[in-house]
Amino acid sequence: MSDSAQVAGDERVKKEPFMTKLMKRPELGAMAGVVLVVIFFAITADDSMFTLAGIMNFMTPAAQLGILAIGAALLMIGGEFDLSIGSMVAFAGLFFGVCVVTWQLPLIVAIPMTFIFAAFVGAINGNIVIRSGLPSFIVTLAFLFILRGLSLVGLKAATGGSTQLRGVRDVVENDWLAPFFSGEAFGGLFTWLAEKGMIDTFKSGAPKVPGIPVEILWFIVLALAATYVLLRTPAGNWIFASGGDSTAASNSGVPVNRVKVSLFMLTACCAALVAIITVIDAGSTDARRGFQKEFEAIIAAVIGGCLLTGGYGSAIGAFFGAIIFGMVVIGLTYTDFDQDWFQVFLGAMLLIAVLFNNAIRKRVTGER
Amino acid sequence: MTEDTKFHHGDAAADVAPIVEMKNIEKHFGNIIALAGVSFDVKPGECHCLLGDNGAGKSTFIKTMSGVHKPTKGEIFFEGKPLHFDTPRDAMEAGIATVFQDLAMIPLMSVTRNFFMGREPTKGKGLMKRFDVEQANDVCMEEMRKMGINLRGPDQAVGTLSGGERQTVAIARAVYFGAKILILDEPTSALGVRQTSNVLATIDKVRSQGVGVVFISHNVRHALAVGDRFTVLNRGKTLGTATRGEITPEQLQDLMAGGQEMAELEGSLGGTV
Ligand SMILES: Nc1ncnc2c1ncn2[C@@H]1O[C@H](COP(=O)(O)OP(=O)(O)OP(=O)(O)O)[C@@H](O)[C@H]1O
Ligand SMILES: [Mg+2]
Repeated sequence: MSDSAQVAGDERVKKEPFMTKLMKRPELGAMAGVVLVVIFFAITADDSMFTLAGIMNFMTPAAQLGILAIGAALLMIGGEFDLSIGSMVAFAGLFFGVCVVTWQLPLIVAIPMTFIFAAFVGAINGNIVIRSGLPSFIVTLAFLFILRGLSLVGLKAATGGSTQLRGVRDVVENDWLAPFFSGEAFGGLFTWLAEKGMIDTFKSGAPKVPGIPVEILWFIVLALAATYVLLRTPAGNWIFASGGDSTAASNSGVPVNRVKVSLFMLTACCAALVAIITVIDAGSTDARRGFQKEFEAIIAAVIGGCLLTGGYGSAIGAFFGAIIFGMVVIGLTYTDFDQDWFQVFLGAMLLIAVLFNNAIRKRVTGER
Repeated sequence: MTEDTKFHHGDAAADVAPIVEMKNIEKHFGNIIALAGVSFDVKPGECHCLLGDNGAGKSTFIKTMSGVHKPTKGEIFFEGKPLHFDTPRDAMEAGIATVFQDLAMIPLMSVTRNFFMGREPTKGKGLMKRFDVEQANDVCMEEMRKMGINLRGPDQAVGTLSGGERQTVAIARAVYFGAKILILDEPTSALGVRQTSNVLATIDKVRSQGVGVVFISHNVRHALAVGDRFTVLNRGKTLGTATRGEITPEQLQDLMAGGQEMAELEGSLGGTV
């Protein structure tokens, strides 16, 4: 039955140039975006932006957003949205704050409890979406308000009327687990580099950058893990399939509902991670924590090549999308531009990314 | 009646126990009665054709067999035991593979990813357990080649395939995974002559390996070429089941059209339908 004549190769395939191959990767747009933004700031911004200290300076907010964006990207590839992640940061922050301050729990208990709590809220979100069949956009929009409101009410209840819960730093300062979620890592390495004169130092000889902020490490690890899962595990195939066409996926034996609920839980856990890191960092939690982060995370995911319709995108793309974001927010302070250009910049980037992604999708699906 | 085919038909003896037996299946969609009591069974090593007009309920029926729909009423026996599949995944694990009429393919995903969707081969253990992409690519290319289609590459997106190529991927996938039952819902509707004969030959091959085949077609000649038994559905009910040799092509064609109008057409088209 087989045609031996055709096995050797197909005369109907042109050799694909390397560029075209690259064009088919969803993260290409975001990578190109990073290059453009770097060029832009290299020309307009103060030189100090691209020193080690400057890079850490914009990578820190990029990482905090990026952790959310990677969760959002996986969920978008799986065909759903979560507009409640910003509020989830505040809500998880409140829960974490109450755990350590009010209940005086050690981090080894408080952190897993916060993740379980967040995953539970994510599961509620996901189950409502799956069972009702409503668009996740609407369901999670409701949770955007519910969780934000609960955070306010809860904070007032926990503090006796204030919307800020203080005293986190005092109780976690000496916890052995704290270095994994706050401060800088690889301090020894940076001191060594400073001694060798390879990085900038203060007059005292201490390095200007004492280490890599831990959120940057979490961000990188998460991006790599998410990429591995997407491209090299059955679960990744299920995520693409569920987002591409949930009926077809389900008919082909993919447990679509389980995939989607897990993704909602994962996004909520990403929000909880950001909450834990930023609450320990600030030493307090407040009701405005994570405000509007849901939009920024979705924008970063879209800049990273995720289609709004699901089934296509990449975690590495979201990684670069978040870096673009951080560079633009912080970079403008190194320039003479009015900072409020940020919003214009953001909107324009989003628009360009969506147009670009749309073109790419047509290419991939063969202009149908 | 037997000279019309080169296939040695499955001689599933009448007393062999069926793999799947469906009794008085009813399926309602709200106030629409799609199936009003259909009984049907598939034995190992036979090709049971399900025929009927558009909207007769064929697709709905096979979907209850493959776990997509839960029957409103009726019983399903799998290898003698009462059973109902909660999800298509359950049916698949029991060894039932289906080519759906809409193919259940995802255009944005590559051929290989579609081929193994839901049943990815893995290598490694524990946390290192991962999707074995190389093996998946090889198997997929090989299975497609067996069906007479040479893919340009296993990473080509299904959205860029032609209609027939896409249908062939779905068939190759079902044949590869259909350990006990292979359900084909109009699998040849978009296929070329060579691919169609490949599909019919494949049906014959898996049947000789003891797989039960359910074959839906609007083409009497295709059905007669491979079918051992023929069940005709009309408006959600069975018009009866005939065994190969008991029925002439003309009778079958009349039954498939609900026994109407064919005679008139026959005249003007000169019996070419
Ligand atoms: N999900 C559904 N909701 C409502 N009605 C449905 C649904 N699915 C099928 N039906 C109805 O059930 C009837 C049988 O449909 P089915 O798809 O099984 O027909 P079929 O025999 O496969 O036809 P064809 O040869 O055109 O594929 C049709 O009248 C259809 O409108
Ligand atoms: Mg049908």
